[in-house]
Amino acid sequence: MIAYYSSLAMVTSAVLYLVAMTAHAAEWASVRTAKVTRPVPAMVGAPAEAPGPEVAVAVDGRRTELLGRIGLAVTVVAALTHVAGVVLRGVAAQRAPWGNMYEFVTTSLAIVAIVYLVLALRSGMRWLGLPVTLLLTIGQGLAVTVFYVDVSELMPALHSVWFVIHIIAAATAGAAFNVGGIAAILYLVRTRAEARGSVRGYLARIPSAAALDRVSYRFHAFAFPLWTFTIAAGAIWAQFAWGRFWGWDPKETWSLVTWIVYAVYLHARATAGWKGRRAAVVAVVGLATFWFNFIGINLLVSGLHSYAGI
Amino acid sequence: MTNLVGWLRFGWATLTSMRTALILLLILGIAAIPGSLLPQRPTNPVGVADYLRTNPEVGPWLGRLGFFDVFGSAWFAAIYLLLFISLIGCILPRTATFLRELRALPDAGPGRLDRLPGHTVGTVASAPAAVLDAAQAHLRERGYRVRRTDAAISAERGYLREAGNLLFHICLVTTLIGLAWGSLFSFRGTAVVVEGQAFSNTLTQYDEFGAGAAFSSSHLSPFTVRVDRFDVRFEEGPVQTGAAREFTAHVTVSEPGRPDTEQLLQVNAPLSIGGDSVHLLGHGYAPVVTVTDGNGDVAFSGPVVFLPQDTNFRSDGVIKVPDARPERLAFEGVFLPTSVSGGAGGMVSAFPDALKPELLLNVWTGPPRQETGEPESVFSLDKEGLTQLMNGDRPVTVGLSVGASFELPDGRGSISFDGWKRWTKLQVSNTPGGWLVLVSVMLAVIGMGVSLTVRPRRLFVRVAAGAAEDGEGDDVPAGPAGAAASRVSVAGLDRVEGRGGLTEEVAGLAEACGVRVTVAGTDSEEQQ
Ligand code: HEM
Repeated sequence: MIAYYSSLAMVTSAVLYLVAMTAHAAEWASVRTAKVTRPVPAMVGAPAEAPGPEVAVAVDGRRTELLGRIGLAVTVVAALTHVAGVVLRGVAAQRAPWGNMYEFVTTSLAIVAIVYLVLALRSGMRWLGLPVTLLLTIGQGLAVTVFYVDVSELMPALHSVWFVIHIIAAATAGAAFNVGGIAAILYLVRTRAEARGSVRGYLARIPSAAALDRVSYRFHAFAFPLWTFTIAAGAIWAQFAWGRFWGWDPKETWSLVTWIVYAVYLHARATAGWKGRRAAVVAVVGLATFWFNFIGINLLVSGLHSYAGI
Repeated sequence: MTNLVGWLRFGWATLTSMRTALILLLILGIAAIPGSLLPQRPTNPVGVADYLRTNPEVGPWLGRLGFFDVFGSAWFAAIYLLLFISLIGCILPRTATFLRELRALPDAGPGRLDRLPGHTVGTVASAPAAVLDAAQAHLRERGYRVRRTDAAISAERGYLREAGNLLFHICLVTTLIGLAWGSLFSFRGTAVVVEGQAFSNTLTQYDEFGAGAAFSSSHLSPFTVRVDRFDVRFEEGPVQTGAAREFTAHVTVSEPGRPDTEQLLQVNAPLSIGGDSVHLLGHGYAPVVTVTDGNGDVAFSGPVVFLPQDTNFRSDGVIKVPDARPERLAFEGVFLPTSVSGGAGGMVSAFPDALKPELLLNVWTGPPRQETGEPESVFSLDKEGLTQLMNGDRPVTVGLSVGASFELPDGRGSISFDGWKRWTKLQVSNTPGGWLVLVSVMLAVIGMGVSLTVRPRRLFVRVAAGAAEDGEGDDVPAGPAGAAASRVSVAGLDRVEGRGGLTEEVAGLAEACGVRVTVAGTDSEEQQ
């Protein structure tokens, strides 16, 4: 019964994320832009008084603002149902709800939703709304349709504190990588527009490229040490479960590949000629490897970690 | 000659540059991918054989290029060795520079402050020395290192960033040393032990054994583990039916010079005996049979290990009775823990637990054979010199449930299925470098956390005696007759971008100097 309510909450949250996403899409589409010949305050490094080129700025209509608020409000409700779904799932299973892929995905996405809401409500980062709700809609949608499995007990190999630590760290790092990756994608879009001098419509509503780059970096800088720790905790767990801390299992290998890609990202940011665009591309590649490791490996390759199957 | 030295210098500089490190890392990441997508010989030899069979064109080429053992291949090793040489070549000079910086005071800063972020100027009604005293106290309180001259202060904070970064990179090197040490001295072996039987830690008792180049058998610590009982529980509910839920081996551990102890061995809870770890890796069934030969003597009696073939533990095995007379006997067949009839193959197992065990065997006989002493697998039957017992044109099939026995035709003897036991697969291993790897990785995480959160910042104060000429200091109350006044300028600079609050911190410093703050200049960090 509890399990039923959990699934109901998950499905509801998926639908609500879709509604929120639609509201944000409408918000972005409704943005009017005006051409002005004043430097935009958000342009980093613009001298205070010098006349700037003709630039487009977002003119926030009341409708745009209203749609944005609706999107945010619906996301709040969706996140509450989502978290309720995760908690009820744990209650129904009488254990931490991280025993299979359905549970991993729903838990990490709940963390993404919470992180986003904190950012949107406390730091005014509502501009993340459209991409984040898009991610949540797709993720929760896939979780409730493709990955769903009924509640069951854990396998003996998963009875370990290190497993719990490993999973919490992985889900949190994953959430931060996702937000950082979204910021990197927006950065790429925005730099192109800035370079062409065509920052209009919704693009005028998101922060400047430099600010996006910084947001992206902060999330990656938070996620990367945590991801390193995730891998280490996983290795300790493997030592307890199988007597070897590293065995080049596909899942282990891809965690390392993901780790290396993000190390490349951090190095790229400190290397002349790689800063900015190339570093952002590496961040997006990192996100792709993360998702491939998270989903692709479970579905495509069989290894010791295939317990996570659907 | 100088040319050669020049080239070597150039090569070394290139190898240890950030760009090279970046590219090598990228290559390492890409090189690891085939290792996860193609079957690998060390972990999945059967998969490799299958792949070679289904891809006769590319398969052998991939094999020659090491793609079936990527992580042991020369080219993979070449990439990471280059990377680590580059890393060491990068760490050493950076550590030297950092230590020098630690001992030296912050540098004087740029000639002009008015181009720096948060630049603030003002006039205060106190002497330059007093202003600098105030500034110095303010900065010290905030953990800055301060360099002070007569007319200027430069201060720096955030040395921990470089320290953390160096710690992280050094720990990468020690991790690799730990891994190398481990792969030289480690060993790992497995043995199948039936309930009631014992395993002694000597090379001859292992079914499989692998060790590093520097291993010697004296590294095995002397102990014996007897498996008294093995408990297993499977999911009986409708979800994930048959999935394992619990494994527990009740064991008795004997070590020389110590009383025996009874212990529990579970998945995730290995035993640690004399420095070696004992893990529980797998389990299966061993039917207990008694074979009586044609002379009426018991030629064999006991459990025989059968190997599980599917998730419901349909298990294959061979019962060899070389001592049976007048003819030796052998049985080959399957054990079904929960037998049900079904499918084209006849009987199958429907559940992994032994709810309705059944043993199905074919029978082979032949003249007695001289013991050759050559090792022979206990799981496969060498059929040379043996003929299968037939009933007309169909092989004789023995089907036994527990307690039943079967009389072989023509007085060749009989076999009875007395019961079954479980066996466990134990793994004994020792990886000496493990703690070094663990400590290194944990320190690396800490170092990286520090390096990614600490943001170095530099602040500068310059003072000159006298009031401002441009009238900016008009509102400064004139002090007592002849009191000093100073013109102060303050500014700051971040070594790495990504941190906010520079303008506020410069303003705070200016206020500590007594300047009323009117911020000029831009601080790109502050704009969102
Ligand atoms: C095994 C190879 C390497 C890995 C996995 C690696 C990883 C990392 C990581 C994760 C960071 C960011 C964390 C931090 O700042 O502490 C970093 C930063 C850095 N690494 Fe490496 N590194 C490697 C090799 C090298 C090499 C060979 C060099 C020398 C050229 C180098 C130079 C640096 C520098 C200068 C930074 C600081 C960048 C900044 O200021 O943001 N690394 N490295």
